[in-house]
Amino acid sequence: MTALVFRKLAAMPRLWRLVAVLGGLLIALALPWLIYPPIAMDIVAWALFAVALDLLLGFTGLLSFGHAAFWGSAAYTAGTIAIETGAPFPVAVLGAAVVAMVLAVPIALLAVRRTGIYFAMVTLAFAQMVYYVANQWRGLTGGENGLQGIPKNLFGLDLSDPFYFYYAGLPIALIGLLIAWRVVHSPFGRVLVAIRENPARSRSLGYPVDRYKVMVFVISAGLSGLAGGLYAVSHGFASLQEVYWTTSGKVVIMTVLGGIGTLWGSMIGAAVIVQVEDYLATSGIHIGPVNITGPGLITGLIFVGVVLLFRRGVWGTVAHLLRRRRHVPDAEPHLSGTTVPAAEQEPAVAPKS
Amino acid sequence: MDPSDGAVIKTAGLSKSFRGFTAVDRVDLTVADGDVHALVGPNGAGKTTLFNLLTGFLKPSAGQIMLGGRDITGSSPERIARLGVARSFQITNLFEQLTLQQHVELALMGTTKLGHRFWVSDRVLTKFRARAGELLDEVGLVRQREVPAGTLAYGQKRALELALALALDPAVLLLDEPTAGMGMEDVERTVELVRRIRTDRTVVLVEHNMSVVAGLADRVTVLQFGQILTEGTYDEVRSDPRVIEAYLGGESAA
Repeated sequence: MTALVFRKLAAMPRLWRLVAVLGGLLIALALPWLIYPPIAMDIVAWALFAVALDLLLGFTGLLSFGHAAFWGSAAYTAGTIAIETGAPFPVAVLGAAVVAMVLAVPIALLAVRRTGIYFAMVTLAFAQMVYYVANQWRGLTGGENGLQGIPKNLFGLDLSDPFYFYYAGLPIALIGLLIAWRVVHSPFGRVLVAIRENPARSRSLGYPVDRYKVMVFVISAGLSGLAGGLYAVSHGFASLQEVYWTTSGKVVIMTVLGGIGTLWGSMIGAAVIVQVEDYLATSGIHIGPVNITGPGLITGLIFVGVVLLFRRGVWGTVAHLLRRRRHVPDAEPHLSGTTVPAAEQEPAVAPKS
Repeated sequence: MDPSDGAVIKTAGLSKSFRGFTAVDRVDLTVADGDVHALVGPNGAGKTTLFNLLTGFLKPSAGQIMLGGRDITGSSPERIARLGVARSFQITNLFEQLTLQQHVELALMGTTKLGHRFWVSDRVLTKFRARAGELLDEVGLVRQREVPAGTLAYGQKRALELALALALDPAVLLLDEPTAGMGMEDVERTVELVRRIRTDRTVVLVEHNMSVVAGLADRVTVLQFGQILTEGTYDEVRSDPRVIEAYLGGESAA
């Protein structure tokens, strides 16, 4: 009897989705009670960043290795707006997202002319340029000192306690996640998956592939900007770290770890990495004065382990197993957990006669 | 289309070279409105390259392509598709992870402006459901509509290619070896289907199966070494001594 009920429940994907969303929301609301509140905010900001990246990596098959450009420039922008104008912090964060999108337009227009590893290299090159500018333009960014003293204004509310700021910042991230969810489950999102699967074929069906790529790139940059701005306000400063290439790498690791092409996976990946790095930064195993479990090493090992054992990532593997139980084919585009984006396979029309 | 000569597709001096190798060499091809026009020729004759030129996947090295009086030389594939030219691919070219239903929905959506809407739910696509079912039924795949395309047999993939091309409701349909890899029964179904759908469109067909060509084509153009060898009705072409020598030899003698 219970088995039957369970099977019936399992066959209701809508219900499962609702349960997952409610569960996720509950965890998000409870998070600062469970862990140190600033870390909770970090997880939320990185989760949005990872989801933004997944729009490109998982749903369009484009690996951006330069998303620090958007996260970082947004961090500086949000800080500058908040410091200079004293505007409420959501306004500063929103402004930061807009700046990130504007910055994304020329980068996207040039980057989408390449695919695969070359796309990744072009985005990395642009991000390094942004890093260079941020490093040189001390008047705006504070150079190596960073931009300090970013206020958390919100109509005179006292948000200096990270616990309260979390609840002020969470809605911004949730709106960002909602936008990502809408994009994925829209006609536009369907075309993105088609482009991921077969760009040439998409063109022959009448879809201007490059224009779609630019659009999703700019949307992704905007969401990354939302995340980066929130992160900077939460910490009260923006540093060069935010535009450094390791930030681009970190968000890629989060997304792949959680499972690309699954929005949940990106969030789980972000939660794991932020937690692990926080733990290792404060404790870890020392040999003499040297912390041999420095953040890079352990997260790197976890990453390699997950990629080798679960090629769909954490959530991708779970979703795959659940679907197998329900005998649903692995074809749902928004849960498809593909391995590596097929972007390199662009021209299926080799000069053959 | 252009009323002066009733040509839907007209190429003039169309050429394509790859590093010194000329795959398509000064081809003047005229496809009349409403015809089923077959392109035949031995392997390497330039048929698929010609298709890729006509659909914008390759840029010509020289020459001009007119579509119904409009110059489309150098236009992008998506633009040519939107001008009403659909094609199926010789190498099966599908979205492996998407279901058949999703394939046809994508093709149907391709003729609308829906694709750019990232702010509406994909539930709007249910309005294509009935039409998608009809199209899959036409090619005999309606029972597999929820199956990912990657799991289909080769002949079924060819049939799905056909359904996708049809979904665009094109004025001109370019079919690159539509019956390759199909069993006898499916070949007959495909021939029957092309006969049915040709009533209100022009079909250009690359085909190796001569009985298919004989049964369908109004005009046959024979290509060899990237050039047009001859052109005419099937009977004219098959009795042309040059063609017999180049290509039809064995079959004609039989």
